[in-house]
This record gives sequence, structure tokens and C-alpha cells, in this order.
Amino acid sequence: MSTYQEFIQQNEDRDGVRFSWNLWPSSRLEATRLVVPVSCLFTPLKERPNLPPVQYEPVLCSRATCKAVLNPLCQVDFRAKIWACNFCFQRNPFPPSYAGISEVNQPAELMPQFSTIEYIVQRGPPTPLIFMYVVDTCLEEEDLQALKESLQMSLSLLPPNALVGLITFGRMVQLHELSSEGIAKSYVFRGNKDLSSKHVQELLGLTKPAAAAQQGRPAAPQEAAAFCKFLQPVHRVDMNLTDLLGELQRDPWPVPQGKRPLRSTGVALSVAVSLLEGTFPNTGARLMLFVGGPPTHGPGMVVGDELKTPIRSWHDIQKDNARHLKKATKFYEGLANRSAGNGHCIDIYACALDQTGLLEMKCLSNLTGGHIVMGDSFNTSLFKQTFQRVFSKDYNNDFRMAFGGVLEVKVQEPLSPWIRPGKPKCNPRSVHSPQCVLCWQEMGVGGTNQWKLCGLGPSTTLGMYFEVVNQHNAPVPQGGRGAIQFVTQYQHSNTHRRIRVTTIARNWADANSQIQHIESSFDQEAAAVLMARLGVFRAESEEGPDVLRWLDRQLIRLFMFHLRRSPFLQVFNNSPDESSYYRHHFVRQDLTQSLIMIQPILYSYSFHGPPEPVLLDSSSILPDRILLMDTFFQLVIFHGETIAQWRKAGYQEMAEYENFKQLLQAPLDDAQEILQTRFPMPRYVDTEHGGSQARFLLSKVNPSQTHNNLYAWGQESGAPILTDDVSLQVFMDHLKKLAVSSST
Amino acid sequence: MNVNQHTPMASPYGQPQPGYGQPNYAPLDGGYPASYAPYNGPASAYQPGVPPQGKTLLPDQLLGPPTSAPPPVSAPQQYNQYSHSPADMQNGPPPMTQAPPRPAGSQPYGLGGGQPSYPQHYAPPPTMQQVTNQMGGMQLTSGPPTPAGLGYAPPHSSQPPISTSYQSAPQPSFTQAPPPASSAPTQPPPPNAPAASQQYYRGPPPPPHSIPPPSCAPAPPVSQSQQPFSTPQPHFSSAPPPVSQPGFPSGPPPPAQGSFPPQPTPSSSQPGSVPPPGPPPTSVTSGQYPTPIQHQQQPPDSQPSPYHSGPPPPRFQMPPTVNHLPPGPQSPPGPQGPLQQPPSPQTGYPPQQNGAFGQTRSPQAGYPGPYPVQPNYGAPAPAPAPAAPAQKRLDPDAIPSPQAPDMPAVQKSRHRIDPDAIPSPIQVIEDDKAKTNEPFVTGVRGQAPPLVTTSFHVRDQGNASPRFVRCTAYNMPCTADMAKQSQVPLAAVIKPLATLPPDENPPYMVDHGEGGPIRCNRCKAYMCPYMQFIEGGRRFQCSFCNCVTDVPPHYFQHLDHTGKRVDCYDRPELSLGSYEFLATVDYCKNNKLPQPPAFIFLIDVSYNAVKSGMVSIVCHELKSLLDHLPRENPEVDSVVRVGFVTYNKVLHFYNVKASLAQPQMLVVSDVSDMFVPLLDGFLVNVNESRQVIESLLDQIPEMFADTRETETVFGPVIQAGLEALKAADCAGKLFVFHTSLPIAEAPGKLKNREDKKLIGTDKEKSLFQPQVGFYNNLAKECVAQGCCVDLFLFPNQYVDVATLGVVPVSTGGSVYKYTYFQAQTDQERFLNDLRRDLQKHVGFDAVMRVRTSTGIRATDFFGSFYMSNTTDVELAGLDCDKAITVEFKHDDKLSEETGALMQCAVLYTSCSGQRRLRIHNMAVNCCSQLADLYRNCETDTIINYFSKYAFRGVLSNPTKAVRDTLVNQCAQILACYRKNCASPSSAGQLILPECMKLLPVYLNCVLKSDVLLPGADVSLDDRAYLKQLISCMDVADTHVFFYPRLLPVMKLESGSLPVAVRNSEERLSKGGVYLMETGLHLFLWVGASVQQELLLNLFGTPSFSQIDSSMINLPVLDNPFSQRLREIIDSFRAQRSRYMKLVVVKQEDRTELIFRHFLVEDKSASGGASYVDFLCHMHKEIRQLLS
Repeated sequence: MSTYQEFIQQNEDRDGVRFSWNLWPSSRLEATRLVVPVSCLFTPLKERPNLPPVQYEPVLCSRATCKAVLNPLCQVDFRAKIWACNFCFQRNPFPPSYAGISEVNQPAELMPQFSTIEYIVQRGPPTPLIFMYVVDTCLEEEDLQALKESLQMSLSLLPPNALVGLITFGRMVQLHELSSEGIAKSYVFRGNKDLSSKHVQELLGLTKPAAAAQQGRPAAPQEAAAFCKFLQPVHRVDMNLTDLLGELQRDPWPVPQGKRPLRSTGVALSVAVSLLEGTFPNTGARLMLFVGGPPTHGPGMVVGDELKTPIRSWHDIQKDNARHLKKATKFYEGLANRSAGNGHCIDIYACALDQTGLLEMKCLSNLTGGHIVMGDSFNTSLFKQTFQRVFSKDYNNDFRMAFGGVLEVKVQEPLSPWIRPGKPKCNPRSVHSPQCVLCWQEMGVGGTNQWKLCGLGPSTTLGMYFEVVNQHNAPVPQGGRGAIQFVTQYQHSNTHRRIRVTTIARNWADANSQIQHIESSFDQEAAAVLMARLGVFRAESEEGPDVLRWLDRQLIRLFMFHLRRSPFLQVFNNSPDESSYYRHHFVRQDLTQSLIMIQPILYSYSFHGPPEPVLLDSSSILPDRILLMDTFFQLVIFHGETIAQWRKAGYQEMAEYENFKQLLQAPLDDAQEILQTRFPMPRYVDTEHGGSQARFLLSKVNPSQTHNNLYAWGQESGAPILTDDVSLQVFMDHLKKLAVSSST
Repeated sequence: MNVNQHTPMASPYGQPQPGYGQPNYAPLDGGYPASYAPYNGPASAYQPGVPPQGKTLLPDQLLGPPTSAPPPVSAPQQYNQYSHSPADMQNGPPPMTQAPPRPAGSQPYGLGGGQPSYPQHYAPPPTMQQVTNQMGGMQLTSGPPTPAGLGYAPPHSSQPPISTSYQSAPQPSFTQAPPPASSAPTQPPPPNAPAASQQYYRGPPPPPHSIPPPSCAPAPPVSQSQQPFSTPQPHFSSAPPPVSQPGFPSGPPPPAQGSFPPQPTPSSSQPGSVPPPGPPPTSVTSGQYPTPIQHQQQPPDSQPSPYHSGPPPPRFQMPPTVNHLPPGPQSPPGPQGPLQQPPSPQTGYPPQQNGAFGQTRSPQAGYPGPYPVQPNYGAPAPAPAPAAPAQKRLDPDAIPSPQAPDMPAVQKSRHRIDPDAIPSPIQVIEDDKAKTNEPFVTGVRGQAPPLVTTSFHVRDQGNASPRFVRCTAYNMPCTADMAKQSQVPLAAVIKPLATLPPDENPPYMVDHGEGGPIRCNRCKAYMCPYMQFIEGGRRFQCSFCNCVTDVPPHYFQHLDHTGKRVDCYDRPELSLGSYEFLATVDYCKNNKLPQPPAFIFLIDVSYNAVKSGMVSIVCHELKSLLDHLPRENPEVDSVVRVGFVTYNKVLHFYNVKASLAQPQMLVVSDVSDMFVPLLDGFLVNVNESRQVIESLLDQIPEMFADTRETETVFGPVIQAGLEALKAADCAGKLFVFHTSLPIAEAPGKLKNREDKKLIGTDKEKSLFQPQVGFYNNLAKECVAQGCCVDLFLFPNQYVDVATLGVVPVSTGGSVYKYTYFQAQTDQERFLNDLRRDLQKHVGFDAVMRVRTSTGIRATDFFGSFYMSNTTDVELAGLDCDKAITVEFKHDDKLSEETGALMQCAVLYTSCSGQRRLRIHNMAVNCCSQLADLYRNCETDTIINYFSKYAFRGVLSNPTKAVRDTLVNQCAQILACYRKNCASPSSAGQLILPECMKLLPVYLNCVLKSDVLLPGADVSLDDRAYLKQLISCMDVADTHVFFYPRLLPVMKLESGSLPVAVRNSEERLSKGGVYLMETGLHLFLWVGASVQQELLLNLFGTPSFSQIDSSMINLPVLDNPFSQRLREIIDSFRAQRSRYMKLVVVKQEDRTELIFRHFLVEDKSASGGASYVDFLCHMHKEIRQLLS
């Protein structure tokens, strides 16, 4: 038998699943004792180049409450053409099309290697993808120009039959009609008036055709025409839209001295959501919001237009001094829920030097599975390339994005998706449709076994926490296997609907007799990420210090040291927007990326040998080294003091110092590689010893040498960090003391 | 006949007037007897004229043989009042000397009712003119028509000698020349003025001033007779009187004519219609009179009796007047009874023509000399025959068959009042024209300017030009009691930005530097010529509030020995009546210099608008119009920015920023809460964005060509414009092109509430009130922003102008209405209106304040504006055509010494964005004698005031009550005059002040207007439209609106216009062509038997039936006649602020109904009284008041 390491790796490769425990405790009590809950990281759309989708529909368990999909773990009676559901034990006959089934002629879904299988659903007409651009025009000319170019470029990346729409906003919100010829036409909404969805549709004349439809069939084409005014196939309006974008001017309202431009982001989003809601509910749509500043106007406003009142900081929030915070958050949550309900996802591309209100708006993306990208300017490669990467394609030349996903988790009796004891972040929509909770969720939103994933990509990873409900006195029989089935229905970017089914099984283990096994089945990395996610989730809703204390109580691990210092938990020195941004990405990236986020990777380049990973410690900062740090969000190349001097002296230009040149080049190449694949593109920093940008590095490393422990000063190794933070050494010492004392 | 008569009369008058007046006077002076005797004919006319002060209404006269009797009496009485010696009557005035003058005045009275009045005019004309209605008497007397004639004579008899003489003279004239002369006499009034020049009269008649009273007096007579036509004044100066007199005496009747002939020439213009009359005019009048007079005049002595006997019955014809008659009855009660019965026969008169004839004659006779007149009346029967012929001669073509009428007339012996015998507007107008041949100098306080119908040059010497300010009275009563007693409204019509003719200087610009204009410390009046500098020039005393203010050092200047500043004539603000100050930043909103204004075009693109062609017309026109935005310096491009919006149920804004390749449309469908979607790019400079704008205007019609949207909004449209201006922080003007009732769901949504059943009920007023309060609030906001709204309506049905017009009216904008707009026929009118409206001189964000000297106070304001307090008139926009009528009330006593001062200051933003103050100063006299008040009134202005007052009244009162109020006030004015100023006379006489003798006729026009008395075919919208239109009209506009100009255009001369005829069907000749101008419409009436040649010249077609009555422009034909007529039409159009579409009306054609509506002296289809009837009614009212 292979090691757990291999098993884990194999599982991850095949199914995109990593469990914190690969053996499950057999009762609730035992599970509780394990501290780290039974949980997993699941990447629903993990790229599987070797997994061709099958062209038929899945076979479902006939029990109405189960509807599990036929899978390799099911017991099959080939003669009777009957299969038993391994979740509810219902015996189901095979459908007629499976008449030819036999032990040698098994359908793919019964083969063990197809524990993950993808079906293409042929039902219904394919619905085109929809892209709605929501563009802020209160930008600097340069920024706007860059943004315009990016948008124009993106048109060429869209599938030709995709529908596009354009909304621009500043003080007013303009919904552009794309079908018009001659004069460019747009519908305008005032930026400070919250409009109900119905009202918006009335104003746009979208409801009228519906009324007419009652009278007769002829209305149907009109209806189509009505929304076609705003959403047009790319191939038809390519030129129009390019021109339109080209002529896009800055918001025509003058901005008085000492004021911020009025930005009606809230209404713009509201209109966009309403439009899509009225025209293409439950169809995959991507709503892309480009903002260059905080909403300052109307509902959803985050800060007033007076420049003298700065945008809220953590300090303000803690002091309950952020006037607009609650109102705005509520507004955006409302929008997010509506949007999620319709299966539309919202991306936020925020590029500004100051905050843009991501804190309030994050739920838009968080609940709908959209991206958040934060940058300093639209005129940076960070934005441009990240945006381009949104439209990247996979090996099949399909977009790496999927829409309108619904993830359903089916478990065997003793296990149930974890229900958080606290208040759920959003109420289950069971009122509306008992079958599913219409929320995108990474974790923490429970009480259901169905979640809506309006937008998802190959790297989208969910954390799922399970609870063993068996009572201690009625444990699961030894040697039994538990199974979990993930059923993900989604709209593929080629417009077809697909269903991906992943069924996995783990053994139940008795804590008393098999403690060793359980221990060895522990997946440290997965657990770390899962716990970190849990921590982040709590951090978002609870006071920071409490969360830290909770984490400290829960886990003592090396990475926790860095996690404690990370922006995911620490808000010091971070704006609320940045925190939101970091957290957003942390809870949706896969395990590897998550680990990088928790504990940045540090590579050292020198003449002494090949690049080597070094400790994320101030002692690693040496004059004759070049360091490459990857924190996921930043990519920092740090030239040691000596190297920097050499570089300044221009040695790399001299032929005899060719090796120096190569040394300089090496980290650049490596960085480039990372930049190529990372989404969102990290901030790329090239700095040197004493450079202002060096702070990115210095803030991450373990401050083993600081101005406080002067004895180390002037020593040969490392560089002191000016901080009051405790070093890892101190932290560990303290922990050890705590561990001993508390355990007694 | 009437027509003819009138025309001739008028013409003669016009010309003769001056002369006449003078001559008359002269005669008066000289020797009434003599002159009269000879004059009779003319004299008679004169007499009426002479009496100018008191006109006698012939109508009554007819009836009033008795009156006739009274006339004599009255005459004397009047004289008494005015002048001591009755004999002088006419002369009296001329005699000016003193005694004579009065007599003159009195004479007229005595002479006859109305006719005498004319004479009066001559003599004491101006102020005193009184028309004595023998009406009452007449009517009463109606009984015996013939006698009446006699009666008339009697009046003459009153002045036995004179009358006789008159008679003699008149008679001949009658025979020869038609009554016109009589009318002519009226004109004479001016001369009278001269004659009147005697202190009293002088005032009124401008000419007098120039000419020494005495000389005038003499001259007048002569001139009147003939010279007057040519040049009155000269006559005056000369010694016309004697001549005239001689003339008169010599060949009074025939000779007179002979002499007249010369005059005729002048009249010749009219001659066309009344060839013979021409010469006769004067003579005619006299002639007419004469005839009657002759026949009866002498009898006149006996007249009284005659009246009773004969006249009465005919007078009854007056039926309408009958009522009046009753009063008259007094004198001839007996007769009346019988007479009244006869009335029915009189009804026969109805064919006023006939009646007219009879009456006319009589009246005319009356005019000539009420004296004769009366006889005429009495005589009608007898005289008629002779008179008739004369008339016939006059109006050979006249529709009414001359002879027939004559006969009937005679038979009827109707009492009909001769329309020619009652004060004729044409006569007055022509008189005024004739006497005005010098520039009007404004320096003299309390001087009444020439009438609005007269073209004259103004020299500003300290008071505002009448083009800017006109007052109802130039001699205000000193006390509130007096004012109340007289009931004469004290008001001024101010047109602050009036356009001046090219030969007059626009107000000078004064810059007082950073401190801003120098003002009184207390009342804040601006520096003006009335300020008294004291203490060597270191301080000045405000003449409004008497407060003393220091002169700022930079403004200091030494005084000369008269106490005037040395630099007085270097500074406009010290020497002129009108000038402008450059305002400083303190005078600006928010203490910020204003931005240049903006024009926003809001075009309805609903189905109706597109279909009617309006949209494409507007768009097409705007392309070229945008080059003509208002600017102050023609060399520079206008700084006015423009913006465009189209709308139906939703609004479409356009981004026309110069940097765009194509315009962009921004649709705002959220009309419930209007806003402007963009700023930069919405309001643009035309030159910079020309390409984009043109592209836009090209595309708009295409874009909406297939629209199916029929619903529109309106409130949000204005809101949109308003918001745009707010956003741009500037003032401006919205041009809204709208078609239909805004029924789409939006603020300001309206319902169709037109309900004909309400008309005439107490609820009628609600139809004039806005349907919803929304627009009032909107208007308020507009005014606050300086957003003026001009509304162009193209309705096919009810659009509720009363409500839609609220904003335009409150913001100083205009409403234009093109009902059933069709591109083909209405395009020209619309485009011309649009062009003019767009290009005219306009100010924005204006505030007007009228300051007055202690004692009076501006209490009420009428016009298109908004007032948030009681003193400041706020005008979002103020253009050169808008006038504001301001009413003053006493709050203390005024002093005769200082007079009353008023200063109208208008703070506005010019079209170039400059903040300015325009100041108009006006000083008027004050009087402690009512007579002075009545002598210095201006009827046109009073009518302007009355109409605005009444039209506003319909908002809160039933129209009937409004009409009654008007009639009542008018009656009180006249009764007060009669009671306090006119010489005692028979109650049966209607005596009108010279200055107000047209008050009844004009007032009747107001009462008959569609607003107050709608016909069945007049829509509520039309009424509301007219109502708001009138509210901002100036005096000239209201004048022509209420009393349209009707020109006979059978013969045209270059350089001068034909003399107008009165607005009565009787005046139209079947063989004639007439041009009528109402200020809104232009009609060309073509008689059924017009000569081929004329038709050829005019239409290029020889046959009447081939005339295409749908033509909107006369064919361009290459003949002098056609050219000249088109020239005239063009010049008319140029005079009015709105383009008048030409309607060709063929006699007997359907369209004639519309045309007839404007014949305001006739009965109207909607029940409005004819002039004559109304006069009788008025007379009755007055008598009731007096008794």
C-alpha cells in the first residue's frame, strides 16, 4: 500500500479533494476530540485533461430525497439490471438505455478510475454566455484610456456568440443600447436613486413585451428584441462597441475643488443586476465591474464626496465611526443575493491608489463566485494581464470559467455537512426552493447540502466541513467505508450544461483502536489551510483578537506563526479593502496557493549554488544574495546590499562578469514563470537592500533579528528588522510554555 | 355707405384734422356765427370736433331730438364750463383767448351730442372732448323722426346763429360731401388742441404748444377745412383761421366743398372708395350735416319738438339703446312711448346701413355741429333724403345700396345712431398722426406722448421714452380721494427692453466702478436726473424719499449756478430718462459673475409631432438658426451655448461634444424624478460642435420617423431643462416644441378637462386655473434659476394651455400655438416666430423693481413674471417684446409741485453674460383738478391696463362679473367726468372726455374678446392662449389686437399707407380689397365685385371665383400694386412680434366668418354688442350713475 502521501496526492489529482483526515472517526465525540474537524478542500472543476466528458446523462437514484448519481461505489446487479444506491440503499433499475450492461460491459461511471466523471447534458437550448461590463468613467484620462483599450481587447477574446452589454457610470449611470445604428444611444439613470428591479425593467421597456405576450405569440420576437437592445452578440456589435468604448469620455460632470468625483457604483450595479434579472435569469452571466474609486453617490455609497473626510479605516470601523459601512454593506449584500439567485456572477476590478470600497462590495464577488482584482491603476500590467487572464483558455480552447454552478453534496448517514452553530452568513433560500440554497459558499454557510456557485474556475476550491453525527454509543461498524458524492452542475463556457460527479470514500476508524492510523492519516497541509479558512471566516465576522485567541487554542503549528502575522488575520497596516481582497482570494484558491499565502516562499540566489528555498527569516537576508519572495499577491525580488552595489556599478554589462548577469537574470526568469500563471497577477516588485519597496519583504520575514536584540547587530548573517513583533523563537518558547502549562 | 363715409371721413380727417381743428377753432374764435354759418356743414362737423371735449353720441342724438334740444343747452353749458361764452364753442377753444375757448368746448356740446364733440376736439379737443349723447334725448325723441331731424336742427338752434350758419353750410356740404367731414371735424380736435391751446386744451394737443394759442385758433379753422390735410401746424401758425373761416362762410356748403376739394386730394387716397367724398370730406361732413341741417337744422330751433315727434321713433331703432332711451324719455317721454313701439320698425334699421344712412346722416349732421346733427336726427326723415344722396355719392360702391338705404333711412327716419357720428378711432388716430410731426421730447414733465399708432421720433431729455414707458395718466390726481372718485386707473406699461428704431440711441451704458451704481441710501433708488445735488455737490437728496446721501469722492463734481452738476450733460444718468448701469458682483447671484446663458431645445418626437412635420422642420431650421443666436456685438460669435433634448414618454438628451464623431443619445426614462444625465457635452458652443450638432439635427427626424409613441410628458421636460441649467450654473431659455396633452405617467400629468358646459357658469374660472399645482412650483424653481421657457404648441386637440402655460408665463417666456399645424401652410409662420423668438434681444434672471416718489406706490403688476414678494418682479427671462403693466395706488398725498416720479430698475444678465441694470425714469404731473386728469389720459394705455386686469380676473371670477366690473368702472370714469368736468347739459347727452372718447369703443372690444365672451367655436385653449398673450403685450400690441387695423388697399401709394377704415362691415365696399391686421392675423378681404384689373394685379387672375383662398402668400407679380401691397404686408409683419399668416378672405366665403369676428364695431356672433349699442348702454350706465 502506498503511503498516505501518495494516496493524498493521487486523490487530489484525480478528484480535486483533500481531506484533513483520511480516516474518519466513527462518532461525534471522537470527531470532537480530534480538534481539527473532518473537512476537505474540494476543487469542483479541477482541470482533468485526461477526463473526457461523456455525452449522456447521469443515472439518478430514484428516491426523491436522495437523487444520488450512479457511481463506482454502487452495488450493481448486472443480471437484474439493478443498482443499489450507496447513500440511501435504494435499489434502482437501470434505465432502458443500459440494457446492454454487463460485468464486462460497464459504463464509465461504474469504473473506479472514473470516481470523477463529467456528463454533458443535452437538454434545452444552449444559452449564450453573457458579459456585462460596468465601467466607471470617473477616472483619470490615462487610466480611462488604458481601461478602454483593455475592454476593447477583451471583445476579441469573447466567444463570438456571447452577449455583451455595457454600462458606464459616474454621477449618472448609462446603459448603452448596442443595437442602435447612427447615434449612439444609452439609457440613463440617476446615480442617487435606488431603483427596484421591476422599476428598472419598466424604465427600459422590458416589461411591456411581456404584457404583450399575453395577447399573442407575435410578441415573442419583440421581447427578444427588447433586451437585445442592451445585450448583443459580440460578433454583431463588435465594431459598434469598439467605437463606443473608444468614444467613452470621462464623466462629464465637473468635479469641484476639494471633492471626489461622484461615483454611483451602487446604482450601476443595481441596474446591471436588474437588467440581467429581467432578461436572462438563471443563465450564466458575468458582470464585470471596473472601478477607479470608492462609491460616493447614492445607495451603496462608501464615502462622501468631501475630500476632507477620508475613507473609513480599520480604526474607524473599530470605533464604529464608519458612517456608510453598514448601509452600504447591506445594499451590496442585497444585490449579491439577488445576483446569486439569478446565477450571475460579479467581478470587481478595482484600480486606485486609495481604497475603493472593496470591504463593502466584497460580498458581490464572494457570494457570486466572481473575481476581485485590486491594483493601483488600470494602466498597469497587473491589471491588464490579470484581466486578460480572465479570458484564458484551457487545452480544449474553452474558457476557464463556468457559470451558474450548483454543487450538491451527498453523504452517508453519519456524516453531514457541517452546520455552524453561529448565525449563517446568509439565510438559506430554502423558502424559495427547498432543494437548494442559493448561495455561493466556501465555507461557513451551512444548513444545506446544496450551494450555488455562480461563477467558478478550475482553481476554485471550496472548504467543506463535516460533522459526524453518530453518537458515541452507536459507532459506525469497524471497517466500514463512508462515501461522499459531490454533484456539480454548471454551465460550461461552451454554453452547454454539464454535470460533474465526484464520489469518494474513506474508512471509518475507531479512535481507540486505530489512533495510530488516524494520526497518520492526518493531512497537515490541508488541515492548515482549512483551519486558516475557518479562522479567516471568523475574522470577517468577529473581533480580530478573539479569532487569534481561538486559533491559538485550536492549533499550534509553525505556519500559524505566519498566519497570525498575515493580512488575513492582521488588519494592522492594511486598509479594510486590502484585507477584504486578501481574504477573498485566500478562501478560494487551491491548497498550494493557499499555503503560499499563509507562509510565503523565499528563494535565495547566489554564486554558491543553485537557487534554494530558505527560511522566511531575517537571517536569510544577506548582502550577497538575491531573494525571490512569493506571497501570492506580491512577487518580490530583493537584491542584497552587495549585489545591489554591483548592479549599480554596472558589472553585469561587462563581458567578464557574465555570470553576474546570469545571476541577476535567474530570479527574473523564475518570477516571470510565476507571473505567467498566477491569477490574479501578483504585484511585481524589484527592489534592493535599503530600497523603499524592501518593506514588502521585511514585513514578511520572521524578525529573528530586530533592533531589540542588539546582540545580533553587526553579525555576519541577516538583517535586523525594525519591529516590535515577536520573533518565531519567542513565539515558540511561549507556545511551549503554554502547551505544557495548559495541558496540565 | 357707411364704409364709404367712414373712409372718406377718416381720410379727410386725417388730413384735415390739424387743419380742421385749427380752422374750427379759428372760426370759433373769429366769429362763430360767421364761421359757423358758413361752416355749418363743416362747422357742424367742427362743432363736434370743436367740442372735442365732449362728444355727443349721435345715436342718442338721433333719438334725442329732445336731446337736440338739450344739446343746445348743453352746448352752452359746456361752454360755460369750459369757456364762458357759449358762442365760441368751437372758436372758443381756438380763441383760446379764454372765454372763447370754453365756449368752444361748450359749443360742441351744445351743438349736438357726439358731433359736437368733434368740434370740441378741435377746440378744447384733448382733454375736454366730450361726447354729448343726445342719445337719451334722441332716443326718447325717437318718436318723431322727422322732427328729430328738426330736432337736430334745433340743436344747432341752440346756437341759433351758428346753427343757422352751420346749417347753411352743412347742408350744402351734405349734399355734396358726405358726413365724412363730420368725422373730419373730430380730427380737428388736434387743431382744437391748438385752439384749445388755451390753457386747458393746450395740454392735450401737442401742436398747440408750438403754435401760439391765438394764432392757432385762427389758423385751425382754415387749416381744418383744407390746409389741415396738408399740414395742420403751418396753418396754425399762419393765420389759417381767418382763411378757413372765410372759406367756410364763403362757400360753406358748396364752396366749402370747393375748398375741400383740396382736402379731398388728401382724402383722395380713400377716394377710391369714396371718390366724391374726397373733396367733400370736410365739406362732406359739413355737407352731410348740412343736408340734414339745412333741411331741418333751421327747423332745429324747433328741433326739440321735432325730436320728440319724429326722431324718437327712429331712435328707437336704436332699440338696444332703447333702454337708454327711456332715460332720454325724460325730455320726450311722450314720444318715447310711441316711439318705442315704433322701435320694431326701427329694427328695420338693423340694416344699420340704412339706419346708418339715416342715422349717419343725422349723426353726421350731428357731428358737424351737434347742432346740425340734432337736426339731422330729428330730420333724419327729411334730411335723410338729401343726406343719403350725399352719402351715396360717397360710397357709390358701398355695399349698402345707397339709395335704397337712403330711402329707407328716410322712411325709417330711424333713430339709429349714425356710426359716423360717434367717436371714430380712425379719426383719432389720424388726427394724432397729423399733429405729430416733431420729435417727441421727453423733458417736459407730464406730457402725453403721441399715440402708439403714430410713428414719431423720441428725444430723451430726462424721462423714459414712451417706447419704454407709457402711463394711463400723465397728470395724476394729488390725492387718493380724487383718484378714487375718478376711477381712472393709474398705471404704467413698461417695456424695459423695448427695441428702439434705428435712429434712436439705445440706452447708454454707465459704469460707476467697483462700488457699483450710486444709489440713495434709504430707498436705494439709482442715480437719476431727479436727484438734487446740494451742499456744493457733496451730497444729493433723493427725490423719491428725500433722504440725503453723500456723494462718493470719485463721483464728486461741482455745481453750476443753477445747482446742477457741471457734468450733468456728460453723464447719461444725470440727463437721460433711460440708461444702463454695469452691475458689480454684488448684484449677482451667489456673488458670482454670471455664466453666459444657454438655450436648450426640447423637441417632442411623439407620433403627432413627427407626422405633422414639426420635428423635421424644427431640426432643419435650427441648423441655420444656430448661427443667429443673440449676441450684442454682431462681429463676435454668440457666447450662448445650446443643448438638445427630444422626448415623448421618455427624454432623450444628446451629447454633442465637439470631440465626438457622432452625437450620443442619452435616454432618461425615469421621468418621475427628473435629472440631467450629462453636463459637459450637453451644453456646447455652436461653432465648436457644429459638425456634431448638424449630424444630430439630420438624424433626429430619421430616428423617430417610425415612432409609434403617442404619449408625451411635459413636466419632466421642463424639469430637465431646468436641471441642466442648474447643473451648468447659468441662466437660459428653454424652447419647448410640444404637441399634445401630457397624459403619460409622470409629474405634471394632465387630464382632459375641457368641458364646454362650464362656460358661462361660475365654474368657468376653474378652466383658466392650472389643473395641478405642480407647474406652479416648477415655475418657481425655474424663476429661481433664471430659466425662461418658451413654449411652441402644435396641438390637434385640447392640450390645456391654461396649465401648460403656467411655466412660460411665470418665467417671462412666450407661448406660441399652431393649432392643426400643417407643414405646408403653417411652416412659414412658425419658422418666422421661431427665428424671431430665438434672435430677439433678451435678458435673463431679471428682477424689476419700481420705485416711486412718496405718495404713490406700485401695488399691482401684470405680465409674464413671477413675484415672491410684493415689490420685486422676477423674470427668468425678459425679452424686447414683453411689457409689464404696473398699477399705482396712493398711500399719501402728492404735490403738484414735484409731481410724481417713478423709477423702474431692471437688473438682468445680458445675452453675453454681463450683469446690468436698466433704469427707466418717468415723471408725471400731479393735479388737484379732475379736469386736468381727464385731459392727460391715454386711452390706449388704459385699455391695456383694463384688458390685463380683466383677463386676470377671469381666474377668480365668472366672466360675466368681470365684464360687468369693467363696464362699471368705465361708466364711473365717464360719469365722474360728466359730473365734475363737463359743463352742465342735458342728462340725455353723452359727454366724453376728449382723451377718452374712444374708451367705450375700445372697451367694447375688450368685452367682446374671446376671453371674456367666447363664441361657440372658440376653444378653451384659444382663450387661455389669448389670455396669457395679452398679459405681456405692450400698448401698441393691445391696441391693434383689440381694434384691428383695416386698410382699404384698392389704391396704394408708395411711401404712405392708405387711411384705415373703421372695423365694421358697413365700411367694406363690395368692390374693394381690404387688408386687416390684428397683431396675430392678417386678412386680405376681397369684395365680390372687385374690378378685374385689381384682381389681375393682385392675384394674377381675372376672376373672383378663381382666387385661391388657401393661399398663404400673395403671388409675386411684377406690378407696382402687387409689389406695394406685399411691401405693406411685410412691413406689418415686421412690426409685430409674431408672424401673421395671411388669410385671403373672399366675400361670402366661409372664411369670412372668421374675418367678421374682427370687425369689432359690429355685433359679434358670440353676442358682443356693436359699438353703437354698447355706447348706448354705456350712456345708460352713466346716466344711472349720475342720477
